[in-house]
Amino acid sequence: MSPRVQVYVIAALLALIGAGLTAYKHFELGFPLLPGEYRTVWTIEAKVGFDAEGGPVKAALTLPREQRNMEILGETFSSSGFGFFIARENDEYRAVWTRRSAEGSQSLFYQLDVYQTPGAALEQPLNLSTKVKKPFLGAREQEAVRLAINSLVKQARERSSDVESFTTQLLFELNDDGNQDRNLIFRHYADKSLVDVALLMLATADIPAHRIRGLYLEDDRRRLDPEDLLEVYDGKRWIVFEPGSGLPGVPDNFFIWQRGGKSLLDLEGGRNSQVTFSVIANDVPARDVSMRSSRDEKDALVDFSIYSLPIEQQSIFKLILLVPVGALVVVLLRVFVGLRTSGTFMPVLLAIAFIETQLLTGLSIFVLILVLGLWVRFYLSRLNLLLVSRIAAVVVTVVIIMGVISVVSYKLGIEQALTVTFFPMIILAWTIERMSIVWEEDGPYEVVVQAGGSLLVAVLAWWVMTNRYVEHWTFNFPELLLVLLAFILVVGNYTGYRLSELMRFRPLVK
Amino acid sequence: MLQFSFRHLINKVRGGIVSPLALSEMGILGMNARNINYIARYNDREKFPIVDDKLNTKHAAKRVGIPVPELIAAFETPASRKRVMEVIEPLWKFVIKPARGSGGKGILVIAGREGEKYKKISGSEIEALDILRHVNNIHSGLYSLGGKPDRVMVEALVDFDPVFQDYSFEGVPDIRVIVFRGYPVMAMLRCSTHDSDGKANLHQGAVGVGVDLATGRSCHAVQRGLRIQHHPDTEMSFGELKVPGWYDLVRLAASCYEMTGLGYLGCDIVLDRERGPLLLEANARPGLAIQVANGVGLRQRLGFIEGLEQEMFEKGVDERVAFSMREFAVEKTL
Repeated sequence: MSPRVQVYVIAALLALIGAGLTAYKHFELGFPLLPGEYRTVWTIEAKVGFDAEGGPVKAALTLPREQRNMEILGETFSSSGFGFFIARENDEYRAVWTRRSAEGSQSLFYQLDVYQTPGAALEQPLNLSTKVKKPFLGAREQEAVRLAINSLVKQARERSSDVESFTTQLLFELNDDGNQDRNLIFRHYADKSLVDVALLMLATADIPAHRIRGLYLEDDRRRLDPEDLLEVYDGKRWIVFEPGSGLPGVPDNFFIWQRGGKSLLDLEGGRNSQVTFSVIANDVPARDVSMRSSRDEKDALVDFSIYSLPIEQQSIFKLILLVPVGALVVVLLRVFVGLRTSGTFMPVLLAIAFIETQLLTGLSIFVLILVLGLWVRFYLSRLNLLLVSRIAAVVVTVVIIMGVISVVSYKLGIEQALTVTFFPMIILAWTIERMSIVWEEDGPYEVVVQAGGSLLVAVLAWWVMTNRYVEHWTFNFPELLLVLLAFILVVGNYTGYRLSELMRFRPLVK
Repeated sequence: MLQFSFRHLINKVRGGIVSPLALSEMGILGMNARNINYIARYNDREKFPIVDDKLNTKHAAKRVGIPVPELIAAFETPASRKRVMEVIEPLWKFVIKPARGSGGKGILVIAGREGEKYKKISGSEIEALDILRHVNNIHSGLYSLGGKPDRVMVEALVDFDPVFQDYSFEGVPDIRVIVFRGYPVMAMLRCSTHDSDGKANLHQGAVGVGVDLATGRSCHAVQRGLRIQHHPDTEMSFGELKVPGWYDLVRLAASCYEMTGLGYLGCDIVLDRERGPLLLEANARPGLAIQVANGVGLRQRLGFIEGLEQEMFEKGVDERVAFSMREFAVEKTL
């Protein structure tokens, strides 16, 4: 294989891998391709309040299960003075707080952040019992109530074709204020809710059903009581019903806390227990959501990446990852345009300094240091020093100049100039040395051309590197570096003319 | 000088650009194509040190019998003041060069002495101390690529053949020949001008004179991209210029192929009054200005050589030179 073909093969492979990983991160892990995308993350707080009776206390709160349409990004428990653990029983998680002795009013908190995954369907519960416990409508129930129940069930059955439509019809009847039977039943079961009654009637009709406890996610809600939905088994699968409307399907924004009949809270050694919820919506950058959700799954791509570094190092990497972009700008300008610079990648270092200092401040500081440095260097050249000591002397001079610029500008109230420390001193010293040689050998015009070329490249690199899309892509999709590498490899094969050559060889074209 | 350069810059901007298709049609070789298609393909990396270090070039040339300017001394390690003075004390004319200088940087030419002072070729005077500092700078790697420590050469100043005296202002005229796979393909004479400050760099304003490979007569002359007929300072017409001993000069260039083993090579040659052509240095990355000087693109000629039968690359120097002189002859146009 000729080197040229090898380059194209390698470049194609690199580009493919890079683009593939990027696509995976975007589509599977949900990293946003464009900067500034926000997602709503709901913070739900459950507060368990009760009065302790002085003896040992044990409170067990059912926790929400993982579910496909809601992603749990993180949870925290607060329980001062209580022992705490999470118990798993029958496919259900319970947070258990325990304490040897407690007295007076107690509050326990459980907080979780959830993110609604758009478009994901609710999965079927794994192993909820489909057994029906027939209610015993006997002596305790009045004959009239029993008849009313049976009549409503019969009516609903006549008007429906299957379990789904039966349930809908039944809920319609139970919501109908004008229905005599319904009013009779509710008068009898005055302390029961709509879902309780519906469950009773479904049991009468021999249909497996249970309640779903959960919350409607709305911003800034406090002291919410959990709401109930109804889930009905039609012989093949479970169907969720919203009892108020009688229609199947989980309402938007409904967060399912618990499925199945068990209690939400079990308390031993306390009284007046209650569970209240509060909900807050946060708008969080989409990347953070992806980060937090994939961290739980320990996705290798995320786990072995820059995100696993401490925040401080991450911000350093944010800068380092921009260097290849700057290098690409240099490559393009040299290969396609043919700009002359002093030191191949010196402009990239300058551009990085400009990122920290802002462009105008950076430019003026650079020119100031260069001019002062050249001036000092000219005097040094008369002292007949060895090259190393002379450059070292220039380094010291540059440092002194930087110090003076910082102090003077600070006293003058120009705080921006304090960022002068981001300039690469050694590189500056070498640049000054080279420039002074160029000055001596080729004259000041060449100095202006080279310094101007370097500055032009640096400003262009700075401009590209501070582009918010470029910043976003390099940091969030470091895999794109492979694509960039592939591109640089391909550019390295370019044998066409440079823009500057179109001018240079102009006289040859008659 | 600043003034002139400024005019040049304006010229450039006003001149605009030409279409790459037109250049391609002319067979102009671009930088990128030169680097990939010729230097990377025909020049082995391991052979670069022979040409990149002028001391190596000199030794290699001596071995194969190619004449070079006389080497008076070489300082391999930083030299003491005493040693440098010992070497230059008895000399009247000499050149101090870095062995690995690039682009003609760091070459100090002393053309004579006046008492304690040394006279540079441009006429300005310097002291022994300045020479010592220059030697020091070379050792520290100021002029070498990447700032690597360098060696210093002290060379005898070539006794230039007066034939070019009227075509060069203050400077050293030299002839560049491009040799591709042993075949000379193009040649030019570089004449310094007042504008170029005595330097032979075309982009600094020196005149590039295309030289016909067959005859050694000039066929085209260019300064700052504009075609000219006379030297701007001496007013001599280039039409009458003919390089003496042309065959020997081309033959010397062609034999550098055997010496260096480099397929794409630029040879810089000067004419000595008595010794004839001397190899000044060889270059593994010769520039493209020679195309401007000749008014002809390199690509057709290079392509022609590339298309030759394998047996043609086993020919001797004389056969190759004869071939090139026959194939690349130019009709007189100046």
